[in-house]
Amino acid sequence: MDFGFCLSPSSHVQMDKIDLATFNRLKETNPDINTCIACGSCTATCTAGNFTEMSFRRILLMLQRGKEDEAKKMIQRCMLCGKCTLVCPRGINIRKILLDITR
Amino acid sequence: MIIEGKQKIWADYQKDIPDDHYFYVRSCIRQAFWPGSEVTFLDITRNKLGKDFYENPYHTTCGGIAYHSDTIPQETAMTIIARQFALMKESGYENYVCSCITSFGCYTETLETWHEYPELEAKIRQYLWDSCKKEFAKPKYLAHASDLIYKFRFDIAKQMKFPLVNVKTGKPLKCVEHIGCHYSKMFPSKGFGGAEYPHVLVGMIEAWGGEVIDYPERRHCCGFGFRQYFVQANRGYSESNTYKKFESMEPYEPDLIITNCPGCPYFLDRWQYVIAEQTGKTYGKNGYGIPALTYEEVAGLVMGYDPWDLGLQMHQVAIEPLLEKMGIPYDPKKKYQGVNGKDLGQPMCPSCIKSV
Amino acid sequence: MKENILIIGGGAAGMEAATQLKKLGLTPIIIEKSDALGGHIAQWDRLFPAFHPAKDVVAPMLESVKGIDVLLNTEVNDIQCDADGFKAVLTNGKTIDAKAVVLATGFDLFKAERKQEYGYGIYNNVITSLELEKFFRTGKDERINNPKKIGFVHCVGARDVKVGNTYCSKVCCTTALKQACEMKEVFPNAEVYTFYMDLRMFGPGYEDLYLKTQRDFDVKCIRGRVCEVSENMDGRLVIKAEDTLFGKPLKMTLDLLVLMCSMEKNKSIDKIQQQLGVANNSDGFMQNRDMYLGMNGTAKDGVFVAGTCTAPKSLPDTIAEARSVAVEVFNYINNK
Repeated sequence: MDFGFCLSPSSHVQMDKIDLATFNRLKETNPDINTCIACGSCTATCTAGNFTEMSFRRILLMLQRGKEDEAKKMIQRCMLCGKCTLVCPRGINIRKILLDITR
Repeated sequence: MIIEGKQKIWADYQKDIPDDHYFYVRSCIRQAFWPGSEVTFLDITRNKLGKDFYENPYHTTCGGIAYHSDTIPQETAMTIIARQFALMKESGYENYVCSCITSFGCYTETLETWHEYPELEAKIRQYLWDSCKKEFAKPKYLAHASDLIYKFRFDIAKQMKFPLVNVKTGKPLKCVEHIGCHYSKMFPSKGFGGAEYPHVLVGMIEAWGGEVIDYPERRHCCGFGFRQYFVQANRGYSESNTYKKFESMEPYEPDLIITNCPGCPYFLDRWQYVIAEQTGKTYGKNGYGIPALTYEEVAGLVMGYDPWDLGLQMHQVAIEPLLEKMGIPYDPKKKYQGVNGKDLGQPMCPSCIKSV
Repeated sequence: MKENILIIGGGAAGMEAATQLKKLGLTPIIIEKSDALGGHIAQWDRLFPAFHPAKDVVAPMLESVKGIDVLLNTEVNDIQCDADGFKAVLTNGKTIDAKAVVLATGFDLFKAERKQEYGYGIYNNVITSLELEKFFRTGKDERINNPKKIGFVHCVGARDVKVGNTYCSKVCCTTALKQACEMKEVFPNAEVYTFYMDLRMFGPGYEDLYLKTQRDFDVKCIRGRVCEVSENMDGRLVIKAEDTLFGKPLKMTLDLLVLMCSMEKNKSIDKIQQQLGVANNSDGFMQNRDMYLGMNGTAKDGVFVAGTCTAPKSLPDTIAEARSVAVEVFNYINNK
């Protein structure tokens, strides 16, 4: 009989345990990566983002919250059109960073 | 930890309640979960401390479980509560004390709501008259039963036979205190010590010789949460919350947990078995769990009540290691005997967590 | 009789107002309750946005009030008003006659222990922004022990209906970023986080400071409010917040948590303020005549206000108000 007993993993991001290696590697060559203010311009204008989950600002956050696999999966939606880079108010070279993440 | 900081808060959150003449109401589920607790409360207050605590046989549920499970509207719950207040008035009492934290939360919420919306109180007054032909008076003082044990903690300490001290090492027992959410999270000023650092159980532990553990998930809910446990699909949340607490308190190696809510000791006790079954992990020493007791059970133990009269055989987690630490004598043969020595039969015992 | 102007408060606003009033030919008298001039700003190490040493601003102000009557360790006990002006009885027993009164009484720092969930005064490694500033000045604070992970909590006692302060305290955002950068300077290997609700970079050079904080100092700004602080076995702090941009709750262990305390109205002046007939506004600060053209005036003729007694303000705002109040007082005396 199923009593419904189970242990669900906590949804807390455990900041003490996350691996920031990829983000730190990106930061060395792209110091602007830190200046994202999550305005959402990149996502709003994204060709893929209008049909899929694709969101560059979320990719940056995923990398900083230990969700690298999810970030890499999301990147596959990108069509490298460059519109995000065009609209970013912080001047982040998004197209280059996207390429660097998968490199 | 700077204890003076907490003491400042404790001094700020002292509520004014009398120490005698109470209308006492029981909890629905505690009598089934921990049948010795309420009896012990009444025995301590009436017979050991000589106080007047009156019970009325017509008292019913406060409706809290149904209210918090979204099966009755608040006005229905308030009318049930109004009826209890009417019983208090008919019995000639002005001070109301309840055994259950959910009830305490419901009573407090009702009184506060009536204070803010007197027209609602008038409406409930009419409902009660229409349905029961009764009239109620609001209690002059509302207390939770743990408030009274807190208030009497030094009187209890005077009659103490077995302090919360390990007799082998002479060191204080490490005690986790767990407060029911509805004790003070909704109305911090209604609880001794407030909501962030409640003093109600800490005060008892200190008065009876124990050492209080303040661990990171101390303030976290036990996970009962009504809809979490009652809805089968949500039970995992209930267990996971308890798991979170045990993982957080584990490094402190607590000797026992003291609670003041009906649900908390139940879930902190029973989930230890389920977690052991699922993960193989136990949180006490040598394959035992950590006993999760009610404050009345702890008061009874320190005052020298027989552990089996307190109903400690009703706990999933074996109580014997704690009794041995405290140097409390007990007869293992009597563990499963009812009153008058009747054999109640032995329950099946799991192998994943030690039961004796 | 000289044209005495009674200035209550010897902080930035009081000192600057006195300096200007003297230049305009009036006779300012500063009453200061503490044992030194300078107010809060004298306790500060460096100022945002450009890390300017606070003493480089305070020292010239102190220099320029030389020759002005200053009564330290003194408060006003009683104040009466008649057709001639004001008569103030001081705690030292003296009485001062003045033609006008300038309230430059400043602010009190929010008492951090009131936000119980942050554990200030309970958990050892929770400190306030003021205490951190003292550490920068003196290099001494036994709680700051080569921390590896440091957190800053914005809006402590501000924008918070639970403590009765719904207003924004204006300067704490920029101060937090300044202090975060300074911590990175002192402890380059530390990870520094700030927990903010909104980052309000309202002044010139402030947004540049924000960019520098993120890019050059690698301070991580997390949008979310810390809601619970506790201590673990090692005495380190465990905090809970939500990363609201990521949409997930977050837990972190820190060695030091700095609370950015808000400004509250300085209540030690309440009695005198009442005697003068100056009301409070909805934020609990003093009510000025209006916020545009009457910012230095009050409902009472001859009673003026300057600086943070009317609202949280930055130092440049305070100095500007102190200068404008001098002109207002000058015009008031001349038109009498």
